[in-house]
Amino acid sequence: MGVIYVLWLRELRRYTRSRVQIVASLGQPMLYLFVLGFGLGAVFKQAGRGSYLQFVAPGIIAMTVLFTSTFSGIALLWDRQFGFLKETLVAPVSRFQIMLGRTCGAATVAMIQGMVVAIICFAAGFRPTDVTMLPVAFVFLALTALVFAAMGTAIGASLKDMQGFQMVMNFIVMPIYFMSGAIYPLDHLPAALTIATRLDPLTYGIDGLRATLISQPHFNMTIDAIVLIVSALVLVSLGAWRFSKIEA
Amino acid sequence: MIHVENLTKKFDDFTAVDGVSFDVAAGEIFAFLGPNGAGKTTTIKILTTLLSPTSGKLEIDGLDPTRHQHEVRKRFGIVFQDPSLDQELTAMENMDIHGALYHVPGKIRRERSELLLKTFELWDKKDAFVKTFSGGMRRRLEIARGLLHTPKILFLDEPTLGLDPQSRNQLWTQVKYLNQHEGVTVFLTTHYMDEAERVASRIAIIDHGRIVAIGTAQELKDKTQKPSLEEAFLALTGTALRDESSNAAERMRQMARMWRR
Repeated sequence: MGVIYVLWLRELRRYTRSRVQIVASLGQPMLYLFVLGFGLGAVFKQAGRGSYLQFVAPGIIAMTVLFTSTFSGIALLWDRQFGFLKETLVAPVSRFQIMLGRTCGAATVAMIQGMVVAIICFAAGFRPTDVTMLPVAFVFLALTALVFAAMGTAIGASLKDMQGFQMVMNFIVMPIYFMSGAIYPLDHLPAALTIATRLDPLTYGIDGLRATLISQPHFNMTIDAIVLIVSALVLVSLGAWRFSKIEA
Repeated sequence: MIHVENLTKKFDDFTAVDGVSFDVAAGEIFAFLGPNGAGKTTTIKILTTLLSPTSGKLEIDGLDPTRHQHEVRKRFGIVFQDPSLDQELTAMENMDIHGALYHVPGKIRRERSELLLKTFELWDKKDAFVKTFSGGMRRRLEIARGLLHTPKILFLDEPTLGLDPQSRNQLWTQVKYLNQHEGVTVFLTTHYMDEAERVASRIAIIDHGRIVAIGTAQELKDKTQKPSLEEAFLALTGTALRDESSNAAERMRQMARMWRR
């Protein structure tokens, strides 16, 4: 337990100390929030779907969680060659503990980032419909963060050098975001896109957030929670397996 | 303390280490000297459980590193060729994490951290971030950290690479001091002849994955009938240049250098 805790704490310390990075990483979600939130607002309203800002805010929060958690997972690659990872790999502790400590740390950082964006959304005019559901929304945020932190670890442990990073960005992270229903409603989609959205774990994270924050679920909370928990288990196992295969 | 018999490591069709055998006695300072790509780092990685050998027999303090990984890991400290400190943390925080990873109890951890940081003249800087440290300070901190859990063996993989003569001198003085006072066995690799001659009790010259000669500096000079270790080394390994093919790690190393400034 001690090992998982110190590695978790390390991720948190690194996060709280890199203020520039915190501010920089808020740029993209804010751009999406303001440009999309206000840009598409009029069309969305005319289509009779209410406020687009209300609709898109959970998607933007989830996007932040997705990006932050996958990136800190992928940072593993850097750490492996020029950093602290080797120090942990020769220590008399199991790889699984190391992987879990790092992944939980990355997930926690992503959650904090997600909450900061939630506050920005609130400032921009986003209002949760039921305040008593906030703790449940928090659980969905945590599950989403864990799923993608584990995915990032699995990817970071599999890449050989930084060249692969762009591939991951364009063929994994961005598709996960755009196929999740973060920025559009899930009904009346073409069949292919419907299938893609159903296969994307982020869809269920966002749906869980929409269910709890704006009471507009597409599926329902139970389904969302089950899919996320199963995805988390699968991806943590995958991450642990990939991590155990790292040869320094 | 270290026993290696017929160690071989193959990567696909390339043989990095080819039937290497040697012994290192307890309390000894043993140097691996060789050109680039000779198999020095690969040998260290195998001895420290980071790579598994293709074949051969290994013993660290009487234990097989491939089977008793955790037990072996408790027995050695290592300083890698590439830095492995967390630069966003302070010197003391780096020591603390190491202590936690090696299950060193809190009280001992604090006492030993203080002793080691004082030995390596870093105590004043214990709360400074590692990213503000010079190359020499970082190396010293890595060695101090590697000794925190009182290992029996200290592995140093080209610890003085890129350091100025003052830092190199200081580093070896401190390593020798700890070797004498704590009896820690030191296994080091380097391509600086003068260092090997100055600190090591015995030297193995390795080339193309094979040990070409082994003995004290004097024995190597006598064997080749050369006046200096450098000439003995060239006589044994030839003067051909070694062009290492660039691999993923080397490309990342280049990128890291680029980003550092």
